[in-house]
Amino acid sequence: MRRSWLAVAVTIGLVALWSSVYTIAETEQAIITQFGEPVGEPHTDPGLHVKLPFIQTVYAFDKRWLEWSGDPNQIPTRDKKYIWVDTYTRWRIKDPLLFYQRVTDERSAQSRLDDIVDGETRNVIANNDLIEVVRSTDRAFPEIEENADVDMGVADVAGRITMGRDKITRAILDKSRGIVSEFGIELVDVQIRRVNYVAEVQQKVFDRMISERRRIAERSRSEGNGKAAEIRGQKERELKGIQSEAYRKAQEIMGKADGEATRIYAEAYGRDPALYQFLKTMETYRKTFTRDTTLILSSDGEFFRFLKHSQ
Amino acid sequence: MDIPDWQQRARSVIDVGRMPSFSLQGHERLVTGVAGALLALVVLYSTYYQVNADEVGVVQRFGRYVRTTEPGPHLKLPFAETVTLVPVQRQLKTEFGFRTTAAGIQSEFEQTDETRAESLMLTGDLNVAVVEWIVQYKVKDPYKYLFKVRNLDSGQQRSAPSTFGDMNEAVMREIVGDHSVNEVLTVGREKIQVDAKDLLQRLCDRYETGLEVLQIVLQDVNPPEPVKPAFNEVNQAIQEKERLINEAWADYNQTVPNARGEAERVVRAAEGYALERVNNARGDVARFVSIYDEYRKAPDVTRKRLYLETLNEVLPKAGRTLIVDSSMKGLLPLLNLDPIKQEVKP
Repeated sequence: MRRSWLAVAVTIGLVALWSSVYTIAETEQAIITQFGEPVGEPHTDPGLHVKLPFIQTVYAFDKRWLEWSGDPNQIPTRDKKYIWVDTYTRWRIKDPLLFYQRVTDERSAQSRLDDIVDGETRNVIANNDLIEVVRSTDRAFPEIEENADVDMGVADVAGRITMGRDKITRAILDKSRGIVSEFGIELVDVQIRRVNYVAEVQQKVFDRMISERRRIAERSRSEGNGKAAEIRGQKERELKGIQSEAYRKAQEIMGKADGEATRIYAEAYGRDPALYQFLKTMETYRKTFTRDTTLILSSDGEFFRFLKHSQ
Repeated sequence: MDIPDWQQRARSVIDVGRMPSFSLQGHERLVTGVAGALLALVVLYSTYYQVNADEVGVVQRFGRYVRTTEPGPHLKLPFAETVTLVPVQRQLKTEFGFRTTAAGIQSEFEQTDETRAESLMLTGDLNVAVVEWIVQYKVKDPYKYLFKVRNLDSGQQRSAPSTFGDMNEAVMREIVGDHSVNEVLTVGREKIQVDAKDLLQRLCDRYETGLEVLQIVLQDVNPPEPVKPAFNEVNQAIQEKERLINEAWADYNQTVPNARGEAERVVRAAEGYALERVNNARGDVARFVSIYDEYRKAPDVTRKRLYLETLNEVLPKAGRTLIVDSSMKGLLPLLNLDPIKQEVKP
């Protein structure tokens, strides 16, 4: 009989021991409740711990940064552009006691975050233009040669950004922080994971991009034609110039030579024009008379004077 | 006959079809021996562990972090201590906008709805681009990597969402959102990679991830499918423009130098003419001047001589010579207008 009592006692002892020892992992923090009410401070140091068996219960919470993803939603911006915004935040349970009292568990925490962060996101985005949500700085885009003079429409926003993506997410973060700290939650960051146009708007944007590109292409082509015509015109001009210049020079040279020759002749033949005429005539006789020529000469001619007389 | 115990038992199994009751008696030592050996194996298994060269071992005792162990063989407390191996030297990689389906010399890739959603984003000029990228990173702080963030990275398993994946997407969109679509497609890639890496590292540090971002490398960056033909059209138009200009220059280069050559030729020809003309004149004149010099010494004689020489040469050449007396009138009736016969003169 004693043995069985001993066995029972030992068993109860073991079970009690089992119920009074608990571990907290490196990633966990815990609170102890006694008869449903929390007691003491939250335990954040990991390792082996003891508690009162049976009457005390351990609730363990994650100590890490936890995920929360927003419900992607169509949100209108201030300039009436409808966009899909998909935000995320990383949060953790800073005060597990407060957390347990206000929200109890992660699932309801997620749901509260949905309301708060999604709500703030909507507010902030609705109060800003789309460009503020997309851009972070107002640096000007470098001009690319083909696009010069082509009206890009939306692109010229240099100097007009007042918020920028960074400030917008920070605004959502700041507004949400205060509210969620009442549940023992700490937010480390809010980021916009994705932002896209809704389908109809996207189509319009694509159309705009297409027509933009078409204009650039058209401009390139007409530039090409213009330049080619310019070059051809230049060619014509130079051609005419070269040709007329050459003609002018040639005529000048030849004219000068003719003048020089005339001067030489005149200067020489001028010494005795009669002699020149005589010599030239003799030469002409030589060249002119051929077999076909019929000469009719008067006997008065000097050549024939010896025909009639011998003197 | 004494039937051995085991035979009895075997027979009972076969005959009756049930296992005989197992009795420890006589077998106590064997049983304890086997049990002891099994226990020893289990304890050994729970005590000894090995850390590979590119890892470290993170040891927890009752859940609490106690130490990090370097590569090599190690011992730990059985059951109470657990070890998690973390690759700290290995370069890890995550893909965005595409997935490698078969890695190798010629890797294969695929696109799914999920990857398309990852890669579609707005640019700073409110256009749309499709951006694929990879991030290379490694674990800098294994403690933070294991204990500070839940679902930090899913490595190659992209089915589960992960904090690191979300961070990457947010960072890339922020950087791309500050550049024009032209920059993203062409000249801005370098800068975008560097900016994204810096921003991602800042976020990694802020979220206590214990990760070090080594590099972000952009892969394919394209305009969205429906817009691609228009972008190609721009490239074609630029080439067209260059072609037109080159053709015009070619025409120019063919014609103008030729014309210059021709012009040279014309001028040279004129010069040649000029030279010839002046030389001829000089030649003619020189001849005349020599005759003139001689003539002046004896004008009459020279004149007569030249005259008679010429007639001597010329008169025989003429086909018919008629010498008519000056006093005779009415030549015409006597004139034979027959064609002159070709007579052979001796």
